[in-house]
Amino acid sequence: MSEVKNRPLHVETKQDVTILFAGDSGDGMQLTGTQFSETTAILGNDLNTFPNYPAEIRAPAGTLAGVSGFQVQFGSKEIFTPGDKIDVLVAMNAAALKANLKLLKEGKIIIANVDGFDAKNLQLANCKTNPLEDGSLVKYHVYAIEIGKLTRMALEGTGLGTKEIDRSKNMFVLGLLFWLYNRPMDYAIKNIQEKFKKKPEIAEANLKALQAGYNYGEATEVFTTRYEVKKAQLPAGTYRHIMGNQATAYALIAASKKSGLPLFLGSYPITPASDILHELSKHKNFGVKTFQAEDEIAAMCAAIGAAYGGCLAVTSTSGPGMDLKEEAIGLAASLELPVVIIDVQRGGPSTGLPTKTEQSDLLMAMFGRHGESPIPIIAANSPADCFNATFEAARLAVEFMTPVICLTDGYIANGAEPWRFPTASELPDFKVKFAAPRNPNDAPFLPYKRNENGAREWAIPGTKGLEHRVGGLEKQHETGNISYDGENHELMTKLRAEKVEKIANAIPLQTIDNGSSKGKLLVLGWGSTYGSIKTAVRDLRDEGYDVSHTHLTYLNPFPKNLGELIYNFDKVLIPELNAGQLSRLIRDKFLVPVEQFNKVQGMPFTVSELKEKIIATLNQKEK
Amino acid sequence: MSALDLQGNGKKLDLPVLTAKDFASEQEVRWCPGCGDYSILKQVQAVLPELGVPRENIVFVSGIGCSSRFPYYMETFGIHSIHGRATAIATGLKAARPDLDVWIVGGDGDLLSIGGNHTLHLLRRNLNVNVLLFNNEIYGLTKGQYSPTSPVGFVAKSTPYGALDYPINPLALAVGAGGTFIARAMDRDVKHLREMLKRAHAHKGTSFLEIYQNCVIFNDGAFEDFTEKDVKAENDLFLEHGKPLIFGKNNDKGIKLFGLKPIVVDLTLPNVSKDDLWIHDENDRTKASILTRFFDEPGSEHYMPRPFGVFYVEERFCYENAMLDQLNLAKQKGDGDLDALLRGKETWVVS
Repeated sequence: MSEVKNRPLHVETKQDVTILFAGDSGDGMQLTGTQFSETTAILGNDLNTFPNYPAEIRAPAGTLAGVSGFQVQFGSKEIFTPGDKIDVLVAMNAAALKANLKLLKEGKIIIANVDGFDAKNLQLANCKTNPLEDGSLVKYHVYAIEIGKLTRMALEGTGLGTKEIDRSKNMFVLGLLFWLYNRPMDYAIKNIQEKFKKKPEIAEANLKALQAGYNYGEATEVFTTRYEVKKAQLPAGTYRHIMGNQATAYALIAASKKSGLPLFLGSYPITPASDILHELSKHKNFGVKTFQAEDEIAAMCAAIGAAYGGCLAVTSTSGPGMDLKEEAIGLAASLELPVVIIDVQRGGPSTGLPTKTEQSDLLMAMFGRHGESPIPIIAANSPADCFNATFEAARLAVEFMTPVICLTDGYIANGAEPWRFPTASELPDFKVKFAAPRNPNDAPFLPYKRNENGAREWAIPGTKGLEHRVGGLEKQHETGNISYDGENHELMTKLRAEKVEKIANAIPLQTIDNGSSKGKLLVLGWGSTYGSIKTAVRDLRDEGYDVSHTHLTYLNPFPKNLGELIYNFDKVLIPELNAGQLSRLIRDKFLVPVEQFNKVQGMPFTVSELKEKIIATLNQKEK
Repeated sequence: MSALDLQGNGKKLDLPVLTAKDFASEQEVRWCPGCGDYSILKQVQAVLPELGVPRENIVFVSGIGCSSRFPYYMETFGIHSIHGRATAIATGLKAARPDLDVWIVGGDGDLLSIGGNHTLHLLRRNLNVNVLLFNNEIYGLTKGQYSPTSPVGFVAKSTPYGALDYPINPLALAVGAGGTFIARAMDRDVKHLREMLKRAHAHKGTSFLEIYQNCVIFNDGAFEDFTEKDVKAENDLFLEHGKPLIFGKNNDKGIKLFGLKPIVVDLTLPNVSKDDLWIHDENDRTKASILTRFFDEPGSEHYMPRPFGVFYVEERFCYENAMLDQLNLAKQKGDGDLDALLRGKETWVVS
């Protein structure tokens, strides 16, 4: 940095920027993206991220299948999505460029690692000619940089092998982007030092590469413009950066604290839900017991055992795991024990698309068990909202003595955003009262006697005088004794359903998120589509379209006023990342025609495709 | 302070003296007349008062099958769950509540077929629970299909031409899975059964007790070679720690090891001495493994008598205690602070 030339450097202010870091799955793009995002968050920009990677841990290097990407949109306005189109494409090799070029806006930036465009890489990416040289990229600003070579030069004399040195090239990119978008490096430096605490030589190499990337931007005349993105005008408060699965885990710990119940997680590793297990396993000082079970069934069953014993019991999984757990979820419904079931949805059926997102487990959550077995369902709508949804799932489970399914998905579980986190005292306590001990002369204990919520008492072992038996066989009303009586079965079926319906009294009414409460078109969403719909409706309203947005957190039961709210609109449009699951539920419940908008490409909706659909729906002639 | 005290701080109450009757629930027992389950139920109810555990701290967990009705008949806490999963539910319960006295009851179909996987993992984790495997070599509740312990060729409703499956050897499986207490008893020898129940309970770890149980309707007499007066002495080998392996009507037969190969010797012969016999050692896994392989059809060539008693005992840490140790160790650095957790390492203020 000794001779920084005084050169004319243009600084351009941007409202929002979308960057896609793309490379081989081994290129460290996820780490680069995460570090860039965290620094950006701390700087006060609003942001939303979207890690998108292949299911294979190390897919064939250099191929299109092996491309791993991390997309981040940040800005000085409120940001609800990772962005449709990108402003900067970082391409570590030819495959990364080829796979993502269609996302790049015309006239925008490509930062290409020249070393990743050699004959071998071009061949692996099925490129007949080198796009960096064949003139095919004239519509873009291409910065072809020998990132590999420059990193090697920067790390000369560190004594590290070529392999380790090459692994640091992602840090060169990070440094360069920090320079380009005018971000300080201290937070990243601290993080790298911590991450490689036990390998100081690796930490040093990474820091050198980082600095080299920054200096490259500063010292060379390649770049003539630097960008500035001012702080976002977010609601006042203290913020942090949070990922969805992390928020889910924190919510469970918070719910444990606020209910006074020890937390027990039974889980089996599955993409994209495993991070919940990982995160909770770290927090044993909160008294959290995590149990990695032998399979999905055991994970759910262990949670049932823990719930029976008086814990806040949880299991976390994704679609294939849900399939396996359903019988046991039915048992929990029949035993009327509280269990929180987190389903981080992914593309299905079967193994499907393990690392890609979908909202296709809604009907399974509703109807996935044999017999009449209604279960409350809650869905999170953003990474930070995973906290609210999970906390609420725990509250309802305990207050209504029922399993509750909490739906998130791969997109928000791995995505991140700034979070105005609550303090412990802001979170509500929720009442837990176990059944009291009894004396021999007291009236016999009735395990299935219900309170005004329709919930039975939580009678945990170790309580004197409460010895009783529960099971999956139909139970006699109140006594809980086995009963095969038809009329009793009908009564119990009704009582279990009524209990779930009564939850509607314990949840907030549905509100319009954006727009007027009457009008031509209501866009009704649920879950992770929130950000895209919010942005699309906001933009269209700015353009003068008569469209409103409401977003469901509670899928079963629906908020009490949902029908009323829907009837106030001429049309309802339901965008979902499935083949129309909420649409079916809404039609069935409210007998309204519903316009569907469905996508199952493993990717979230783009704002532009939503806008197109909304405009088309508004323009539709009545049939 | 949590609403639930998991430490259990061992508060001892002045226990009233309980009897077997106090452990019988008011439910009418609905097994078939003559079912072996009655005897086992009776022995469990007889043994429990001797164990000194308050009734409210005892939980019986079962799956599905005839024997899995067991919890309903016990005046304790109980869960009659779903097929094969009692072990998994009990694992969660015991891990969450180490203070409880947890018993698992299941049949051969429940614990070895549909629930085989969980049984395997329970054994290796070694939670301090008691597994009572009611083995009747048949599916009773579904009315008579062959089970995973039925012999090859077994003719049942689903196998009119004979079963093709080679049977599971439950105790060999338990040794292989790393079980720490492995024993066998039978419904008809009630004194021995009571003793085995007490030993199973006393063991700290997963106690796996296989109980031969007669299904009077669909597989009557499956174990008569071991239970009937006139033949059992020739077929049963009762194991006692530190004692030589001797059986036979007149205690005239012994078992000797040649290397790892057991052979039956005639103690009446002049050149055979009791001193040469295999001395049972409950703590020897290799020998226990050989004993579990005494599994021949009575009357077959090189027939070995069927062993009953405690095959193997090992002291090993229990999962739930180790789990608690980790929690306590983590708490030594201070209880979790929710505000600190939610705040994380880096924050920024928007004003």
